Amino acid sequence: MKTENQKAWFFVLPVLLLVAFNALIPMMTVVNYSVQETFGDNVFFWQGLDWFEQILRSDRFHAALGRQFLFTFLILVIEVPLGIAIALSMPRKGIWVPVCLVLMALPMLIPWNVVGAMWNIFTLPDIGLLGYFLNHTLGLNYDMTQDPIAAWVTIVTMDVWHWTSLVVLLSYAGLVSIPDAYYQAAKIDGASNWSVFRYIQLPKMKTVLTIAILLRFMDSFNIYTEPFVLTGGGPGNSTTLLSIDLVKIALGQFDLGPAAAMSLIYFAITLLVSWLFYTLMTKDDLN
Amino acid sequence: MAKITLSKLRHSYLSNPRSDSDYALKEIDLDWNDGGAYALLGPSGCGKSTLLNIISGLLVPSEGQILFDGKDVTRLPPDQRNIAQVFQFPVIYDTMTVYDNLAFPLRNRGRDEATVEKRVMAIAEMLEVTEMLHQKAAGLSPDNKQKISMGRGLVREDVNVVMFDEPLTVIDPHLKWKLRSKLKELHQRVRATMIYVTHDQTEALTFADQVVVMQQGEVVQIGTPVELFERPTHTFVGHFIGSPGMNILPCTVDGDARIEGHPIPLEGPLRDTGSGQLTGRTEIGIRPEFVALNDTGLPATVTKVSDVGRHIVVECSCLGHKVNAVIEGAAPEKGAEVHLDFRKEQTRLYVDGWLATEPEQNA
Repeated sequence: MKTENQKAWFFVLPVLLLVAFNALIPMMTVVNYSVQETFGDNVFFWQGLDWFEQILRSDRFHAALGRQFLFTFLILVIEVPLGIAIALSMPRKGIWVPVCLVLMALPMLIPWNVVGAMWNIFTLPDIGLLGYFLNHTLGLNYDMTQDPIAAWVTIVTMDVWHWTSLVVLLSYAGLVSIPDAYYQAAKIDGASNWSVFRYIQLPKMKTVLTIAILLRFMDSFNIYTEPFVLTGGGPGNSTTLLSIDLVKIALGQFDLGPAAAMSLIYFAITLLVSWLFYTLMTKDDLN
Repeated sequence: MAKITLSKLRHSYLSNPRSDSDYALKEIDLDWNDGGAYALLGPSGCGKSTLLNIISGLLVPSEGQILFDGKDVTRLPPDQRNIAQVFQFPVIYDTMTVYDNLAFPLRNRGRDEATVEKRVMAIAEMLEVTEMLHQKAAGLSPDNKQKISMGRGLVREDVNVVMFDEPLTVIDPHLKWKLRSKLKELHQRVRATMIYVTHDQTEALTFADQVVVMQQGEVVQIGTPVELFERPTHTFVGHFIGSPGMNILPCTVDGDARIEGHPIPLEGPLRDTGSGQLTGRTEIGIRPEFVALNDTGLPATVTKVSDVGRHIVVECSCLGHKVNAVIEGAAPEKGAEVHLDFRKEQTRLYVDGWLATEPEQNA
């Protein structure tokens, strides 16, 4: 005899409430704004999917989206291999292990806006350490408030500095979990260093790397604070990433409808790409 | 294939060892004959894995030499020694198929694909994994994974020695027996020298023609399973092999051997130690299998009776010492007064742990 017991629902109720307040309700507000026009005073006019159409057709959105993909692509292409390389060269045992781990964790412990401010000062052409060195010692013409290339180099470098550690620490965790016997067996089998990496280390790191890539994708795709503090989206619009553009539309121009529609599109893209990444990286595990 | 000679081998994990106890291996001289099946038996921490890693080249010994057919290989890396090793946990390359796993050592050595295929098919057939060849190795069961690890060792025709480092640890009990007989069969087919490291006496005794027993970095005895059972040269071997182990009873020796005043006839004369003088701790050793319950003999009280199936183990208290006897047939009651009769030819004397009697000459 199976007894039906509905009491379990009470136990999930607190979580449902929490999720409702921190995700569902704000999200529904955004949905609400995205299909209406308002001029304040709580007066709304039905707008249908006009805002979505407007955003999807707008050159400004395409440009910001393009910059966003370029940024995310660049930092993934740099941070993932670099992170793996650093993890591979870190010691596996001995007194240097904790030293390396702490050094690696340091950048991640700094608040994001502080990172932006640090790099801002660091790169000032006349008084910043890096800015002064590049301009006055090497004689380069480096000023990220004037030159879009310099601005891009700076925000990418800053992100690499800030977040490569995450890839390093996750890869390192994967590496130290490999039993010695694997390396010994590979030596006996006559495997080259590349084979050891390709057939032992990489497969064993795969799970944590999947997590690292997903986290780095989502974080970099939604990045706001650091570039906002560092360049404010400039010079011109050259470093205006999606989130910065979104805030400009929502709070600068107070176009709540288009901003809401853009948020939802933004959210859908993040979700879609994350799903694609995840499916591609785990498809081998299924069979 | 080769004869392997270990000469004056010592190893310490410390950078400058001072006393004997700093050595994980203390002076080992051993010959492993070409094509033999050997077991290296000893408790955890006795140095058997250290010895194995020295032979495979994963470790360079502090002192001494390793020779393969007379050629010094002490400092050669593993891939240049042509050896194979199977580890405690199956090592397989997850992302490759079974076929590619087996082909890996050959491809790394630049063999052409036709040779690779011939060898892989032959080995797969021997291990009965032919139908799995095109599966991903990651999905296999532990015993099949361990078979693939073995296969990677056997796939090269010219291996000098295949070493097994407690290979059945993670295998289910009912598959252990199967895999063990497979190993024995493989040895008979490929005739490569095999060294099997284990702390399990059953595994060692069933696999090997010659068993090397180690304790605290030293080889205490080398012999066939029968020799180890019948004439342990050290009380440690007596204890370690057999279930239950040998009875070891302190005794005094003054012309004849006596336990608490009762004379015990020994198998034969004392070994000539040179000085003619007997010094040190003296003990009588006798296997429970050779202790009989009789009308005459040492008086004892039965303290425990355990029926282990094939026979009965009777634990007695005899003159204040614990003595086990293995008997067949009717068992005495607990608390019964009995007499223990030691079979003379199997009663040995140990001095400081080492065998000190010889069998009767003229028999």
